[in-house]
Amino acid sequence: MSEYNFAYLDEQTKRMIRRAILKGLAVPGYQVPFASREMPMPYGWGTGGVQVSAATLTPDDTFKVIDQGADDTTNAVSIRKFFENTAGVATTEETEKATVIQTRHRIPEAPLTEEQILVYQVPIPEPLRFLEPRETETRKMHALEEYGLMHVKLYEDISQHGAISTAYAYPVRVADRYVMDPSPIPKFDNPKMEMAAIQLFGAGREQRIYALPPYTKVVSLDFEDHPFEPTKADHPCDLCAAEDSYLDEVIMDDAGSRMFVCSDTDYCRARREAGHVGRMGREDA
Amino acid sequence: MYVAVKGGETAIENAHAWLAEERRGDTDVAELSLAQIREQLGLAVNRVMAEGSLYDPDLAALAIKQARGDLIEAIFLIRAYRTTLPRFGYTQPVETGEMACDRRISATFKDAPGGQVLGPTFDYTHRLLDFKLAAEGEVPPAAAAEPREERTPHISEFLQGEDIIQSEPESDAVPGDLTREPMEFPSNRPLRLQSLTRGDEGFVLGMAYSTQRGYARNHAFVGELRIGKVAVEMEVPELGFAIEIGEIELTECETVNQFKGSKTEPPQFTRGYGLVFGQSERKSIAMALVDRALRWEELGEDDLGAPAQDEEFVLSHADNIQATGFLEHIKLPHYVDFQSELELVRKLRREAEARVASGADVPEAAE
Repeated sequence: MSEYNFAYLDEQTKRMIRRAILKGLAVPGYQVPFASREMPMPYGWGTGGVQVSAATLTPDDTFKVIDQGADDTTNAVSIRKFFENTAGVATTEETEKATVIQTRHRIPEAPLTEEQILVYQVPIPEPLRFLEPRETETRKMHALEEYGLMHVKLYEDISQHGAISTAYAYPVRVADRYVMDPSPIPKFDNPKMEMAAIQLFGAGREQRIYALPPYTKVVSLDFEDHPFEPTKADHPCDLCAAEDSYLDEVIMDDAGSRMFVCSDTDYCRARREAGHVGRMGREDA
Repeated sequence: MYVAVKGGETAIENAHAWLAEERRGDTDVAELSLAQIREQLGLAVNRVMAEGSLYDPDLAALAIKQARGDLIEAIFLIRAYRTTLPRFGYTQPVETGEMACDRRISATFKDAPGGQVLGPTFDYTHRLLDFKLAAEGEVPPAAAAEPREERTPHISEFLQGEDIIQSEPESDAVPGDLTREPMEFPSNRPLRLQSLTRGDEGFVLGMAYSTQRGYARNHAFVGELRIGKVAVEMEVPELGFAIEIGEIELTECETVNQFKGSKTEPPQFTRGYGLVFGQSERKSIAMALVDRALRWEELGEDDLGAPAQDEEFVLSHADNIQATGFLEHIKLPHYVDFQSELELVRKLRREAEARVASGADVPEAAE
């Protein structure tokens, strides 16, 4: 596809996005407005992540795309193909081999390194949005560090349900300053956000970019008597027997029997190749 | 047995092939040409150009063909193409006062210089299906008059002469560009108008209609509605003066609204403004009404809490490409999120059942 510039976007647009990324890295957790472009895929389907990846990729990079933890979900395939066509970069499904990983809804299980960049697709970047719909108000609340509303919401959850009833997109506080939406990852992934890799968040439709430099302090909001608890299905993986990975639940038959498998397909593959076998792994192999 | 969700790539390719086949339809029926779409589905072409923010009837016709007549999909194709085009400059503001009008009506004056010209309108047709069209009949040529040579003045100029309509401030300031800068609130009128002219016709229509039904009612007269061609001029640096680079068709609507006056302003009329690519009459009137409703603050009117007065609400939701993308993204897999919700609901249920079984009261969070 030589009729388009490397990684689709023109260099001026990339520069504009890189400026927003650098600003985001300088002020961790702050949502930087940027002039998001219309991309050839719909808003809400990863246009923010795609623009951040486009501005980040170099010809030497190796690119990996996951959706729900898997490389072969349709939208991940579509985005990977887009960059294969427009940037011609090498792609991989192996987490360790990737230098840039674009993700939707998961953080890979394998710890990331300082050589890697994790790009998140973000639908609603504003953690306060469902408490206050107006952008004019929420920007003020961030500026004044006025996060009482969020704590009241979490408290009300506990008083009504006995627990904080947020299971994904669980809000975090970044570097003791900004409350940030981690994108709709399960709260199981929240503790991984204190990592060695650079984390970039792109929200195309909402025209926002934010970022976490390596080793930034990321605290999931909680109360002393109701501490944050990352949760997952209480099973080992039925294919690779992993006890420490986030699991998808798959309905097997009309009687509703279930199996649990790693949502991170590359992690599961690597474990099975290393000889780990789960309850149903042998039949499958 | 567990079947891994492999093969996404083949599935996508097959889906695309099937889509292409469906788009073509029955091959015993002649294929649509772009010229046919451009010439015979002109109003669809106009809408795609207006909301796609790109004036190119041939590309709009191509988009409509490719999108199987789904106009929002066609608008999306045009928008995605548009962003790849280099921006090498800005034209001069078009002079709608010099428009060669095909249609020009005023609801506020029985007659005015330039006259009332109905033009090619559905207005007084009876909406009866014309079965003759099913037989592909040729139409007899319409009567033609001599084109008007003089300029057709804006109706508002006459009100302005009497100083009874608020004059709009003149400015040489470069307006913002919502395709180049992120939208921020509060915004300003040029950005609002940009957003409305590319906004979804149905959304803008609904918002305008709500003002007519009493949500921030401000009765609007159509002071003037004109449709026609205007010259597009651009200053070329090498030449040092502006030259005409083309012609575009526009629909312009100016409404005249009552204004009771404020501490600083005497009672007078005010305006709402709509300007849309092509023949897009419904859209331009709706745009003018919404523009006027959004001007409440600048004119010192009361905030009635109506949706059409709420700039952030209107502008954040007017764009159908943003809206349809986000709406339809819920088709994408969400099983990771759903799984975490599933675990949470199961946990909450277990705890609730345990409490009922033990006869304990619901614990207070503060305990």
